[in-house]
Order: sequence, then C-alpha cells, then structure tokens
Amino acid sequence: MLTKRIVPCLDIKNGRTVKGVNFVNLIDAGDPVVLAKQYADLGADELVFLDIAATLENRGTTLDMVLKVAEQVNIPFTVGGGISSVEHVDALLKCGADKVSINSSAVKRPDLINELAEKFGSQCVVVAIDAKQIDGEWFVHLAGGTIPTEIKLFDWAKEVEKRGAGEILFTSMNHDGTKAGFANEALAKLSELVNIPIIASGGAGNVQHFIDTFTLGKSDAALAASVFHFGEIPILELKQKLKENNIPVRI
Amino acid sequence: MKLVIIDYGAGNIKSIQFAFKRLGIDAVLSNNVDEIKAADKVIFPGVGEASSAMKMLQESGLDKVIPTLKQPVLGICLGMQLMCNHSEEGNTKGLGIFNVDVKKFSNSVKVPQMGWNVITDLKSDLFKGIKNKEFMYLVHSFYAENCDESIAKTGYEIEYASALLKDNFYGVQFHPEKSSLAGEQILKNFLELKTNN
Repeated sequence: MLTKRIVPCLDIKNGRTVKGVNFVNLIDAGDPVVLAKQYADLGADELVFLDIAATLENRGTTLDMVLKVAEQVNIPFTVGGGISSVEHVDALLKCGADKVSINSSAVKRPDLINELAEKFGSQCVVVAIDAKQIDGEWFVHLAGGTIPTEIKLFDWAKEVEKRGAGEILFTSMNHDGTKAGFANEALAKLSELVNIPIIASGGAGNVQHFIDTFTLGKSDAALAASVFHFGEIPILELKQKLKENNIPVRI
Repeated sequence: MKLVIIDYGAGNIKSIQFAFKRLGIDAVLSNNVDEIKAADKVIFPGVGEASSAMKMLQESGLDKVIPTLKQPVLGICLGMQLMCNHSEEGNTKGLGIFNVDVKKFSNSVKVPQMGWNVITDLKSDLFKGIKNKEFMYLVHSFYAENCDESIAKTGYEIEYASALLKDNFYGVQFHPEKSSLAGEQILKNFLELKTNN
C-alpha cells in the first residue's frame, strides 16, 4: 500500500539553512547537507528545500548546494524558490534534484507548467499554491503569500493538473505559522477535485494535526518546518502514532 | 568493475551516479556503443515520457544494442518500461526484452503513484538481504503487468510487476537510488551479480 509521506521543509539562503534548527546535536545546523542526511536517517520520506532569497546572482550557490545534497542523501528531494525557466529547471535536475516546485512563476506564465511537464515529465513538476480564504472563498496569493490575486484556488488547481503538474503543494496562508492544524476542508476538496497527489502545508503543531490531515484532509503528504526543526515532533514518534491510527506510513 | 550508466538524455542520471559513488563505485556515463558493450555492468535509466525516450534511444542506435548485451543490465523506472513489449504511453513499441505490456493506472487512484510502497514476492539475488514488504520509492503513471518474469510485486490499484528478470536483464520500477538503505542494498546486490561478459 502506498504510504503517506512526511516531508520536512528547509528554508535556504545563499546555500545555507536559515531557520534555527536544533533537533539533534549538530556540528553545523546551517549546513543543508548535514541536516538532510539527519532527516533521511530519522525517517523523513522526502525533503523540500525552499530558496527564500533566490536571485539570479546566487543561483550558482544554490545549484552547488543541490549537487552536494544529491551526492549525500538517499531519499528524494524537491527544490523550490525563484524558479521561472526551463533552463533553470534543467540545471537543477542535472545537479540531482528529483523535483522542482514552482509557484508565482506558474501563475504569471502558466505555460511554464506545460513546458516543464513536456520536457522533464510531470513527475518532477510540483506546483506550489499559496492561498488565503477571504469571506469563504479561497484566493491564490503570490510572492510567499504577500500579493493577492483574483484567481480562485480550486480553478487554479484544476488548471495546473490539466497543464501537467505531477503534484500540488498547497499552503493555507490562514493556517501557516498558527500551529493550529492544516486546512483540511480545502485539502479534502482539492483531493477530490484533482487526481494528482496533494501535499498539505501550513499549520502543523501536533501529532493529531497530521492524523487529521491524512484522514479528514485526505492529504497524500504533509509538509512542516518548525515542529521538526525544533524537535517538537520527532518524525519516528509521529510515524508510530500515525501507524497506530491505521494510517499507512513507512516505518 | 566497470559500470556504465547509459546516458541517452532521459532523466536524472546524476542521482544514480551518486548512489553508486556512495557505494565506492565510479560509474561512467556514456552513450558510446563500444563503451557500453565493454562494461561489466550496465544501468539503463529513464525518467520522462516513453515515446520521446524511445526516440532518443533510436537516434543513438542504442535500441538495437541494448537487447544484445550479455552482461547484467539493470533498467530503472522508465528504463524498465522501455525493456517491455509495448507501452500505452505514447503507444510506444518497446525493446521486447520482457514479454509484458505497460499500462496506465486508471483514474480510480491518484496518478502518478508517488511515494513509498512495498515490494513483495521477491525472487532473485537482486533482493538478497531485502525483507519481504520492504519500502521502495516509486514515481510512475504506467506499470508493467504481473507476468512470469516478475521478481517483485507491488500493489497500487492492482498488483503489478515492480521488478522483472529475463536472463541477464533486470528491471525495477522503483528508484533504488532514492530508496534509502534498502535501495542501496539492491544496487550493491546488482554490483555483486555474476558477470557473464
């Protein structure tokens, strides 16, 4: 049986991990390679690296980091942040990234999804969608959730699937950072609407939230950052709890 | 040990090369027929779409060479699918090494299957030391049907062949290079297979 995936997300700036990470005694908690290896050993199913300060100038630094992670890490990983061209994706995949995540660039130029899916295959194209619920309606937001658009979440999700996205990473701006649980209602609706995997993001605070998003939210994977980085929820413990609740996990 | 990874333009071969490097083996990336023929072991990777990958194979003449190889060959993911008779993806005629067809998952499940699933009914030295129901990482929309050549099975919508064996040809649907320690063990087992070359 296909298992539900637990996905730690690491924020990267100039090739280094930015958010504080102190779940184990690491010699260098800013080294993405060391962290990635730790997470792989602790039972993470895959990893997401989000380049939060991506610019043309530091692209080389990120590629170098991707290469080093690919050399050392034996689980799949996705790279996102500031990706807007086929050439950039080509370079990332050649350095060993398994998937890339595109967000604002896909909204600005939806054909990018088609181009990437045709050239590299849907399996490596993750479309990240940041959305906020305003008066009962979910709207897509850009640039890390700061710029609102008129685009409705569910319309956009349908469209990215049609254009060849292999997976959707959905972040609820209403839930992100709250540690009050994932946006399960919207997630479940997404899961019913499209036939590609959905990664839930935003709101993880405790084990029950993960149980809820895999059951009520029908999510295929759950992404979180701080609860993992600060050791609030050890991954192995989380997976054991999920298993006890009859949620299939790799353990 | 000379290990060649066939480099015909399809997919993420860097990960495979790195996985072998972690096992202490420097694999050569090549599309050169002589170099491939002279290798002790050959990896036939592939990610992407079947008909365009097959076209790339044909352009380099590798479609004729691969079925004639005598040393152990390991097809991974799309590589394995291309070694079958026919794929529904792009209505593609395969290399015909494995006597089985490749079909698409129906819409009753999410497509692609993406993530970790178990392999069962393991039947080959390729799986030495691998327990039944070990987890492997898979990303695919098409699958090889269960058949006599199956050496591993996985369930997703139906039970399908997640690994195949015919003579010196091995194929795995999952990505051993991304499947943690168990995946590395499978690559190690492949390196330890007897070479008939």
